[in-house]
This record gives sequence, structure tokens and C-alpha cells, in this order.
Amino acid sequence: MSTTPAQAGWRFKAPSVIPGFGLTLGFSLAYLTLIILIPLAGLLLRSASLGWADFWAIATDERTVKALEISFGTAIVAALVNVVFGTIVAWILVRYRFPGRRIVDAMVDLPFALPTAVAGIALTTLYAPNGWIGHLLMPLGIKVAYTPLGIVIALIFIGLPFVVRTVQPIIEEIDKEVEEAAATLGANRWQTISRVLLPGLAPAIVTGFALAFARGVGEYGSVIFIAGNLPYVSEIAPLLIVIRLEEYDYAAATAIASIMLGLSFAMLLVINLIQSWSRKRYG
Amino acid sequence: MEVRVSNVRKEFATFPALHDVSLDIKSGELIALLGPSGSGKTTLLRLIAGLEEPTRGQIYFGEQDASHRSIQERNVGFVFQHYALFRHMTVADNIGFGLKVRPGATRPSKAEIRRRATELLNLVQLPGLENRYPAQLSGGQRQRVALARAMAIEPKVLLLDEPFGALDAQVRRELRRWLREIHDTTGHTTVFVTHDQEEALELADRVVVMSQGRIEQVGTADDVYDHPKSPFVYGFIGDSSTLPVKVENSQLWVSDRPIGLSITDEPDGPATLYFRPHEVDLLDDCGGCIAGTVVASRRVAGTRRVELEIGGARERVEIELPIEHPAAQKSRIAFRPRRWRVFPSA
Repeated sequence: MSTTPAQAGWRFKAPSVIPGFGLTLGFSLAYLTLIILIPLAGLLLRSASLGWADFWAIATDERTVKALEISFGTAIVAALVNVVFGTIVAWILVRYRFPGRRIVDAMVDLPFALPTAVAGIALTTLYAPNGWIGHLLMPLGIKVAYTPLGIVIALIFIGLPFVVRTVQPIIEEIDKEVEEAAATLGANRWQTISRVLLPGLAPAIVTGFALAFARGVGEYGSVIFIAGNLPYVSEIAPLLIVIRLEEYDYAAATAIASIMLGLSFAMLLVINLIQSWSRKRYG
Repeated sequence: MEVRVSNVRKEFATFPALHDVSLDIKSGELIALLGPSGSGKTTLLRLIAGLEEPTRGQIYFGEQDASHRSIQERNVGFVFQHYALFRHMTVADNIGFGLKVRPGATRPSKAEIRRRATELLNLVQLPGLENRYPAQLSGGQRQRVALARAMAIEPKVLLLDEPFGALDAQVRRELRRWLREIHDTTGHTTVFVTHDQEEALELADRVVVMSQGRIEQVGTADDVYDHPKSPFVYGFIGDSSTLPVKVENSQLWVSDRPIGLSITDEPDGPATLYFRPHEVDLLDDCGGCIAGTVVASRRVAGTRRVELEIGGARERVEIELPIEHPAAQKSRIAFRPRRWRVFPSA
């Protein structure tokens, strides 16, 4: 494992002899500043104009808290579901040859390309109480559309490709000999998967989780159609922001956005820490 | 544990990788499967391990037919060319893996597994590396860990697939000697695959020479080198020179001249003469010998290799001379092989 020792103070890693370092770094910084940093700074500035007491009042308002809970809760659940099924889909696509494999492979990318509103409308039609799937679930007492469950389903749809596309290349790299070695040592299939294969995939799975989660937290288009948007029940934070905007309450909108930003940042930081830890371990 | 391979045939799709191969391996023996790539040696090893199933034929472990037993049940130790270590596990966890996955009743305690790992690390001469990860080891060290891992399950047979193939020459030689020592201390029945004849001849009790899915010859290093049974073995093991000859009246002829070698058990007709380039006698006058014009001369380590053109057909053969030999200066050399064999031309 070649980990560079902790560097004393701030120093650029010696660039390669091939020129271009200064130019590309400068371009990247300018680009990131224009596209990401300035807008985010503006957001924080705007919400700062609110004053601490008002900010706190908005942050602790029950409607805001519920909306954030729903947004982050459903995103986590959906990302977890995607981790399981996305990994299985990736496994099937890499390991097996079956008619239509390439079509399935291409289909995985559809949620990337489809306008999310279209996905939301389609899912709503299917899962509404009188929809194709909804009317089958109704007698079982399961209500999907217009509940948090519906949000989860929309987010699963949106997040699937993130997990599949991050895990797939790593599965392709798995050496068949490693599985054979486990088998000759007496491990059954389940032990081989749980002790040998999955730990190797862990860093990629965590990345896929982070991407699917981040996408889910910010998702708007598909969710608002299926969620029903009942305050305190199925109203997501991005929608609440839009509602505040429509009320010309820009301060409240930016305040909620700042809170989302902070929470997302914290969660992604934690995920990244887990990841660097697991990379260090599993190198 | 004795291993008996009986009339095994293996086809991949419809391509036959092994044709009707039979082999008896004695308990405690160290056997090399030697052959060029595509000769089926790795396939044979994988069949013994259970990583492939034979299309036809049986494989016996002792008296039991193991042909259709699963890999897990066969209890073989397998070492891969590229180590196949579990890179997210420490060295100790790698070695202990085979014991850890045993069902509860036969699984040793954690402390016992740890103790076994330490013991095996000492055996493979890597003490103190328990907590390293495979990525932190050199190639030679990784292969030692792989062997320790294979031995941890107390296998009936140890199978090694080109174990030193990915290592550089010096480490190879070192590990070769080391493997022999390990084998002599532990006494496992061991089969290894190699395409390196030096490795096979030096290390193995018996060498199995394979070509195109068939066993050409089984024997000790002396057997296969001194008494090759087929043209392939003669050509594959050690250096050899060949010359097309004609058998007539129990004599060998090259371009209508007798070369002073007589043979009794070969029918008349075209044949090929095989000999080792260094096993030749140089002659002054040629009354029944092979004589040719020197077309090239090269210094190779401690000897000089001379290429000769023989007879009207200008067949080229190579012989080896001592460095200081005066014949190297001559434009024409006459010689007669000291040891040789004739195989009828196919």
C-alpha cells in the first residue's frame, strides 16, 4: 500500500514534468468558484440576513423539521434498497450472459435520462389506488402513492443507476481465482460472497450509496407527483423551499436550503470518512 | 494420499483439452506437470482439484472416486499463479480463512486458528507478518502466504498452478529450493504445473511431460532427459539437434553416405536422428560420420555453438564445442553423436 506520509504544512504535491498543472488547476478553481462556490455563498449570505432568532425559529418549525425528516429519511431508505438491488443487478450484468443483457444494461441508464417529472407521473399512475399496481396493493392495506412509501419508490427509481454504475466496474475486476481459492479452502457459496466478495466491493458500494443518497435528498421532479405533498406527512424539504419562494419569503427558503446544505455536507463527510477508512483497510 | 487419474477426457465446448489421460501419483510424491502452453497441464491440475469436471473418466483420492465430489469436499490445497490472496484480509486472516469457514463442530477456536497461522508463517519463513495486508508484501512473500493458506486446511493433496510463474528469476530459484524443503518436512502429496523444464527437473520426484492434451512421458529427471520416449520429449527437454536420415540395411544414411551409426530395431525408410548438441565426438577423417560446412558460430556462456550445413540438402544442425577447441577455426567439421535416437518420420 503506497500511502504518502502526512505532509508537513501545505505544499503542492510535486507536479509531473509534463506541463499543464498551473493551467488546469487555475481553470478548475475558477470554474468551481463560478459554478458552485459563489452560488452557495450567496445562499448562506441571504439566509444570514435573517438573524439568528428568526433562523432558529424557521429551523425548529415543525413543518420544516418534518419535511427534512421525510427528505433525508426517504433518501436513506431508498439508497439502502438501491445498494442491495443495484449490487445484484450489477452482478447479473457482469457475471451472466443472457439474451437481452445489453438491453437491460442500457435500461439501467434510463432514470438518468428521463425527465424526472415523467418518471413521477408514470409511477403515480401505476401506484395510485386505482393504478395497475396500486389497486392490487390496496386490498392488502398498502398505500403507496401520496405517502412516504411513494417517495421512497420514486427515489429508488432515480437512484438505481448510481449504485449499478459504481459497483459494476469493480465486479468486473474481481479475479475469478479469488473465488476459486475460497472454494478450495472449503468455503461454500454464501461464505465466499459474504466474506470474500462483498468486503472487496464495500468501498464501491459506499460510493454508490453516497451518490444515490445525495441524488435522493435533492430530488424534486419525480417526488412531488407521487408524494401527495401533505404537510407533516409527505412533504419534502425541496418542495417546502419552493412553497416559501412562491410566498416571496426568500429568507425562509434560503434558511431551509442552508440547513439542507449543512446536513448533506455532514452526511457526505461521514460517508467519505467511512470510505477512506475502508479503502485504507481493503486497499 | 494417493491420487489416481483414470482415462480422463476433458472437452471445453467441443474442443478436447485432454484426451484419455491416466496418471498414478504416489502418496507423498512431488510431481511436476510439464509442457508448453496449451498442453493441458493446468486443465489436468484443475480436474484433480475439482475446479473442472471431467467429461469422461474418474479421479480417485485413495480408494474413493472423487470425480463428482465438490471442490469443498475434496480438501485440496490449491496455489494459484497470481496468488489469489484475499486483499482485504490480513496475512493471518488469509491463512486462517479455511479453518474459519468450517462448520461449527469442526471449527477450531479463534485462539487456535491464530496459533496455526503463526505456526504456518514460521514454516514458510515469514514470521511476524501476521498483521500485514497482501498489498504490503512482495510477490515472493505473497506466494509463500498463499502456500501457507493452502496448507492450513491440512489438505490431502497440494496442487500448485505455475506457482513461481509470476516471480523474477532469482526469487524463483530461491522458492524452488524452499518448496522442496517444505515438501520434505511436511510430506504432502504435491502436484505442480510448470512450463519451466529446469524447475520441473530440479524439483520433482517425477516429471509428467505433456503435449497437446496427452501425456508424452512420465519419469524421473534422469529418465526424461536421458531416455526420451518420443520426439516431442527429446525436443522439449534440454537442447536437441535433429537431422533427417534414411534407415537402410540397419545403417543410418545422410545423402547417400553412411554416417557410421547402426541400428537394428528400426524399419527401413526415412527417419529423424535426434542428439544433444554437446554429446558429439569430433573426428578428423571422415569414414562414416556427419560432416558439414560451418555457417555460423556463437559463443554461449561456457561453450561455443557451431551451426553446420550437412550434405546436398543443406540441412542445418547445431553442435557444441569447448571454447578453446581448434575445430572452431575450421570451415568444415566432421562429428558423430555419442548418444542419439532415431524416430521414424511421421
